[in-house]
Amino acid sequence: MRRLINDPYNIVEEMLEGFCKAHNKHVKLLENDGRVVVSKKAPVKDKVGIIIGGGSGHEPLFLGYVGEGFADAAVIGNINTSPSPEPCYNAVKAVDAGKGCLYMYGNYAGDVMNFDMGAEMAAAEGIRVETVLVTDDVYSSTEIKNRRGVAGDFYVFKVAAAKAALGYDLDAVKSAAEKANANTRSMGVAMSSSTLPITGKTIFELEDGDMEVGMGIHGEPGVRRTKIEPADKVVDEILGYILPDLPFNEGDEVSVLVNGLGATPLMDLHVAYRRVAQVLEEKKIKIYNSFVGNYATSMDMAGMSITLMKLDDELKELLDYPCDAPYCVIK
Amino acid sequence: MYEDFILDKAYFIKVIKDLAEMIEENRDYLTGLDSEIGDGDHGTNLSIGFREVMKNLGQWENENLTVIFKKVGMALLGKVGGASGPLYGSMFMKLGEPAHGKERVNFKEFYEMFKSGIEAVENRGKAVVGDKTMVDALRPGLNAFTEAIESGEKPEKAFGTFLERAKEGSQSTIPLIARKGRAMRLGERAIGHMDPGSASSCMILEVFYRNLLNYKKNY
Repeated sequence: MRRLINDPYNIVEEMLEGFCKAHNKHVKLLENDGRVVVSKKAPVKDKVGIIIGGGSGHEPLFLGYVGEGFADAAVIGNINTSPSPEPCYNAVKAVDAGKGCLYMYGNYAGDVMNFDMGAEMAAAEGIRVETVLVTDDVYSSTEIKNRRGVAGDFYVFKVAAAKAALGYDLDAVKSAAEKANANTRSMGVAMSSSTLPITGKTIFELEDGDMEVGMGIHGEPGVRRTKIEPADKVVDEILGYILPDLPFNEGDEVSVLVNGLGATPLMDLHVAYRRVAQVLEEKKIKIYNSFVGNYATSMDMAGMSITLMKLDDELKELLDYPCDAPYCVIK
Repeated sequence: MYEDFILDKAYFIKVIKDLAEMIEENRDYLTGLDSEIGDGDHGTNLSIGFREVMKNLGQWENENLTVIFKKVGMALLGKVGGASGPLYGSMFMKLGEPAHGKERVNFKEFYEMFKSGIEAVENRGKAVVGDKTMVDALRPGLNAFTEAIESGEKPEKAFGTFLERAKEGSQSTIPLIARKGRAMRLGERAIGHMDPGSASSCMILEVFYRNLLNYKKNY
């Protein structure tokens, strides 16, 4: 294991302590719950509360997107594991400003159970909480409602948070999130497994020099396993799944996110982005803006994913809306 | 016969301690099963949960069985997370309800405890037999337990049947395609792997069973 840690049973708490100290202008830990990272601006008057969350090990997802104009709180679970119901509920209590809250997270069975229980607890106190599940990973299922959420989380959270910051009500914020999710597609490739700190072992075996296109960020199997191929070929294959899925057509305008899974250099990500731009240009799909970097990772996993969101005027406005979070500043 | 078979608090406290020990011993095995078709955290998350239980069990020992199991369930719910947190959390929270605030139960009530706990798992997870989840072990096991009780089997034999059928149910998950949880998205690639939740469920029942066999005092 090549991880720099202390007692692995304390890793999440130690990360949160460090994160909140490092970014103390933006965020703090909730006093009564060490698994809720809240924006220092929350609760924001007359604004729908934006709450995101999920297992840890995907940093800067989710906690890096807590801040002004972005999420009001992130609920943090153990590694690759949904948070429990109580912090989900405590986050609502902390950020609700009387207009209700929106939960957004990737579509995983554990997260759904825990966040639903949190929402039930809030509902018992008369606080309305709605949920939008992110389902952007095209290879995870043929049925969209069964797909898991990966780097597309970033777009869905960003869009909904901007809608909330503009003062819209919970129904409008939820619709914006649903629209962003409906327009977003992702797929990735893995070249190594992440290491679980407690066991010191990898989640799955991938021989040095092998890769798996379509693999999930928790090691869920993909299309096929093969020797590592040139970046352009991998990008072409991934886009071959993403583009027809929505579909993205000639004349569409998109935002592009080339996301690193933790151990892939920015250099490689830009090589991949170059090819994405070439392909989209060939297909006459216009790139409105782009993000290249580590947005949704899997600890020390090597690999990358490509996400496209098809834009309209509303989504462009919401994507461009200013935000100031530790891992996303838009001016 | 069942009214005279009394299980006291010492039995349940011993079971809880043994559960914590069993989870530590099997942590990497369960995590390994989960790595094959899930996200490789089942064993470690249960170990995080049972460590929390053990940290607090001393303070709970003076409570009645209903309260003790509720606290165990709350600790698991609060610390385990994922799908197994709400599922096992709900199971243990409901396990103690048929004890109705008492410090000992007869065997009929003991049976009712499992009925209550397993129904809680089904209600929370909405899984049915064949979905490749812990319900594949727990539901057939419980049905067998019910039949054994209705036909007046001896307590140890009745629980033995419960465990045996649960294990068969767990084995039966191997050839299945998952319809719930992360493995659902694997389609046919989930075939050939045992559901980790069904495996841990059997291990938990086994701890109850082992202690039942060693529990002769009041029989």
